Amino acid sequence: MSVIGSRLLRKEDPKLLTGEGKYIDDIQVAGQLWMGMVRSTQAHAAIASVDLSAALEQPGVVAAYSGKDLTEGYWIAPLPCAWPVTPDMLNPPHYPVAVDEARYVGDIVAVVLAESRYEAADAVEHVVVEYEPLPVVASLTDAVADEKLAHPELGTNKAYTWAIDENPDGVQAALDGSAHKVEATYIQQRLIPSAMEPRGVLAVPSPHGGDITLYSATQVPHILRVMVAATTGIPEQMIRVIAPAVGGGFGAKLNINADEILAVALAQKLGKPVRWTETRTEAAGSTTHGRGQEQHVEIGSDADGKITAIRVKIDADMGAYMQLITPGTPLLGSFLYHGVYEAPAFSFTCEGFFTNKTPTDAYRGAGRPEASYAIERAMDMLAAEVGIDPAEIRRRNYINGGEKFENWDNPAGLTFDSGHYTPNLDLALDLAKYDELRAEQARRREAGESKQLGIGLCTYVEICGLAPSRALGDLGYGAGGWEHATVRMLPTGKVEVVSGSTPHGQGHETSWSMIVADKMGIDPADVTVLHSDTALSPLGLDTYGSRSLAVGGVAIAMAVDKLIDKCKALAAHQLEASVDDIVLEDGNLQVAGSPDTATPIQTMGFAAFTAHDLPEGMEPNLNEAVTYDPPNFAFPFGTHVCVVEVDEDTGEVEMIDYVAVDDCGQQINPLIVEGQVHGGVVQGVAQALWEDAVYDADGNPLNPSFMDYLVPSAAEVPNIRTDSTTTTSTSNPLGVKGVGEAGTIGSAAAAVNAVVDALSHHGVRDMAMPATPQRVWRTIDAAKNGGQA
Amino acid sequence: MIPAAFDYQVAESADHAIALLGEHGDESKLLAGGHSLVPMMKFRLATPTMVIDVGRLDDLRYIRAENGHVAIGALTRHHELENSDVLADACPMLKHVASLVGDPSVRHRGTLGGTLAHSDPASDLPAAVLALGGTLVAQGPSGTREIAANEFFTGYFESVLAPDEMLTEIRVPSGTGGWNYQKFNRRAQDWAIVGVGVADGGKGVSLVNMGSVPLRATAVEEALAGGASAADAAALAAEGTEPPTDLNADADYRGHLARTLVLRALTEAGVS
Amino acid sequence: MEVQITINGTTHTSEVEPRTLLVHHIRDDLGLTGTNVGCDTSSCGACTIHIDGQSAKSCTLLAVQANGADLTTIEGMASGDGLHPMQQAFMENHGLQCGYCTPGMVMAATSFLNENADPSEAEVREGLEGNLCRCTGYHNIVKSVLDCASKGA
Repeated sequence: MSVIGSRLLRKEDPKLLTGEGKYIDDIQVAGQLWMGMVRSTQAHAAIASVDLSAALEQPGVVAAYSGKDLTEGYWIAPLPCAWPVTPDMLNPPHYPVAVDEARYVGDIVAVVLAESRYEAADAVEHVVVEYEPLPVVASLTDAVADEKLAHPELGTNKAYTWAIDENPDGVQAALDGSAHKVEATYIQQRLIPSAMEPRGVLAVPSPHGGDITLYSATQVPHILRVMVAATTGIPEQMIRVIAPAVGGGFGAKLNINADEILAVALAQKLGKPVRWTETRTEAAGSTTHGRGQEQHVEIGSDADGKITAIRVKIDADMGAYMQLITPGTPLLGSFLYHGVYEAPAFSFTCEGFFTNKTPTDAYRGAGRPEASYAIERAMDMLAAEVGIDPAEIRRRNYINGGEKFENWDNPAGLTFDSGHYTPNLDLALDLAKYDELRAEQARRREAGESKQLGIGLCTYVEICGLAPSRALGDLGYGAGGWEHATVRMLPTGKVEVVSGSTPHGQGHETSWSMIVADKMGIDPADVTVLHSDTALSPLGLDTYGSRSLAVGGVAIAMAVDKLIDKCKALAAHQLEASVDDIVLEDGNLQVAGSPDTATPIQTMGFAAFTAHDLPEGMEPNLNEAVTYDPPNFAFPFGTHVCVVEVDEDTGEVEMIDYVAVDDCGQQINPLIVEGQVHGGVVQGVAQALWEDAVYDADGNPLNPSFMDYLVPSAAEVPNIRTDSTTTTSTSNPLGVKGVGEAGTIGSAAAAVNAVVDALSHHGVRDMAMPATPQRVWRTIDAAKNGGQA
Repeated sequence: MIPAAFDYQVAESADHAIALLGEHGDESKLLAGGHSLVPMMKFRLATPTMVIDVGRLDDLRYIRAENGHVAIGALTRHHELENSDVLADACPMLKHVASLVGDPSVRHRGTLGGTLAHSDPASDLPAAVLALGGTLVAQGPSGTREIAANEFFTGYFESVLAPDEMLTEIRVPSGTGGWNYQKFNRRAQDWAIVGVGVADGGKGVSLVNMGSVPLRATAVEEALAGGASAADAAALAAEGTEPPTDLNADADYRGHLARTLVLRALTEAGVS
Repeated sequence: MEVQITINGTTHTSEVEPRTLLVHHIRDDLGLTGTNVGCDTSSCGACTIHIDGQSAKSCTLLAVQANGADLTTIEGMASGDGLHPMQQAFMENHGLQCGYCTPGMVMAATSFLNENADPSEAEVREGLEGNLCRCTGYHNIVKSVLDCASKGA
């Protein structure tokens, strides 16, 4: 039986279910000092003075530093931005502790070190900072106006302009010549990523040896190691980074954070372990946010609704500083603003702006949910304009007429590996009972019921498998996109996999074991996966952008192939046969057609270990490594159908059904695939209905807690009904695409389309996110009674 | 998030708690279930120097049907209210409203007396007791006094309780006459954006989160008493209120919700 | 002050500051790190344990309040024979991903089933309203709890 494609239960679970799993805050070392961060209460202010004297007198306090105290001897470079998207992008230096100016509420202005968690918290309260307020850029509107400046020394808030705009006149002409045209502005509100585990860090130095071990709740231990070296000047080979069990990331643990560099620098300086765990309030206000864009979308079509042109202009909120991939995040969607549709004329421009708010960066989907939202909202508006059903307008515009295609060149310069959209749509509509829903909707409208039904569609495409290194180089990204894997057979025949991609909930240990077991014909229980420690796994580029399987998983498959080839050579030597005659069947190596020669592949481990009788020139041991650089991205797609009830009396929206039919190519473990979809869907719907990181006009975050920032619970969402189609990728030998972000990419648009659809008979055409009861009720009131929306 | 340091003493009895309050004055706080106080202390929005733990006064945990009313010890937990057979018979509204507070873990710890003394205008149980026309029994150094629920709440998180008084008992009239409670929120675990309690066939109508204190919807009650229809009475739900504006709702929308939910509650309570 | 707390059958006598949160006492003083902290506002339930058999959020209690109480944490759920039926149900239904909310979810879910042995899906969802998860979309958590209930464990 094939292991790949089976619903194998996860290896990770017993530890995590029993409390054996060790997250960052669970790891305690003797003599550790706790950092406490003093954070700016001002969105933009000159730091007139920092008085640490009272804090230093508090019990247990060992040291305290202002930004000025740390300007020399602690680091050699500011915190890194790895993605200068244009050569002239503005990127003001961002040091772990602000020196002269605080630029957002939450910016670190001083740090205290104390012997306990409690003493550090107390000491923070005793640091006195004097601020001289400066004008605050509290919104994108403020930023674009460019009157108040987030970084006065730059003279402007605009950090960069980036475009795919080869034929602007052609796009204009196509729009001008369109029979139908939709123009809309969509707001991608700021979101707080909200992994359940807050971030944390523990730096353990060796005062005599000089090396240092950094534990961090990070998605990117390998990148962190490089960047710690580049930032602190500690030789890279002296740095070991360990990501212990990591409690979710969603992009917010894909960064190089001030606290990480501070912990290393202070641990090195003091010769003592230094640690910190963020509070939820810090996580919400100071760790990166997601989204934060205004999207101006124009879409034209002919009389039948066939798209003639798409033009998109985005204003993107960088926040106060460029974090690791802040500037590039909106551009990850740039290639997808035509969605799953053929667009003869296409233009995309993005301008990035600084504001005095928490820096933005990757958040599940990073750029692609925004793109998917814009095109899928616009398609619904176009359908209304043309006067056809939302499903129909999609059918009419699918790439290759909805028929299967391979290697299709999109208007933004990428090549879609494969796609087959119509059957995927049909399956979703069928599962949702689309026609029945439409009939019920008509009935309720006719009856004038207070609870109206809305059906929202989204057919998305996304980019997985980040990424071909050459493509990243063309985009100005400061690293490659390969992944590394080592597979070794131990003397006892058990197999150890070393993964360069690092899990934080995705089930890598299970999936990687399945790939190995499937190829070798052995029990997945005989495979162990090592990861997330740069000493065990020195080469890797970590986990983000739905890249683990499509890059890392492929690397593992290729390394297993190499290992099997070596086993075959060894077996051929033992059996005195030609290697070309050796086959691997059900875990046994044998001469083809001679079952009596069958030798368990797992016995090769001991033979290679003893090395008593190896073929001429063969090295002892079975240890094969591959670094795989994918030739192309992978482009999963899918159709989501969201069904909502809107209470017209209160504006309350209730999601009553959700169907997700995703196509992520070959699936390794459908159990895990479905789990990824469930979680992604709820995260995307959360943007549509609940979540919004709100600031006031002075740049104060108004809801940095789970009490006010509404991460939904089980009580707010229904079951998610899933199914799939399978269109294998041409980008890699496993035919896999990726699914980590798909749910999020399809769901926000589906949910808002459903809310708008419920109210379309009142003439409602759009609804800002999140569709709060107040906003929905106001919109209804405006449509019915001419009130203010 | 860690509370500032404080001294702590377990009260052995209500008398002991009151003596301790007298001794430590304004800087002391009573701790019952702690589910309002401890979060405020973690944010250092409350920094008492003396915390007096009344959570072990088990003699104040009871639900008893008495002459025409149900007497509930102040330390009775929400979970006990929502599972009470006595309330099921004598005051089903209070039982139901208790089941809507926070989440199950919160209800296992939170107490009726604690939530009333906290006087949060967004809390469910104060509004329920208000609609029911309940009576609160407070004990102080000079004995006990009875306070009508509609005289208890004086301002945002403020009540008529003196610094050296504690609630010991809550009494709600027995009765199963038409009642309903509407809680409108965006997540099940959250406080009500607006809530409405209707008790005794519309004789008591209360509003949650429509001002700085839990409110009686007096305009609605009076209209109903004067023979108005539920719809006409409900239209008056926001009369005389000054609802807050926050991230979930502005004052105007809260007014709309109050009118809508009062009508729903009255209808569900059988008031036409 | 001195507190005596029984956790998973073992009685611990410790000296704590009155302000010590129960969750920190359990984690930092007693080394039972399975119980997690996910928020500052009693909203997420990652710290859920059982006190005298009922679920409670240990981040919102002082250790001194638990003096004399009988606590169960996630470490007390599995026995020598294997996982607790609720843990087993979570495993079999892929009710966890990153695992951070999981101890709190399991503790909340077992307490919930103690009070409602045969719940509907909607009741399970309401019963878990105080526990947040960012990975699973709750689908498989709800499935796990219903599965556990159906097996009568």
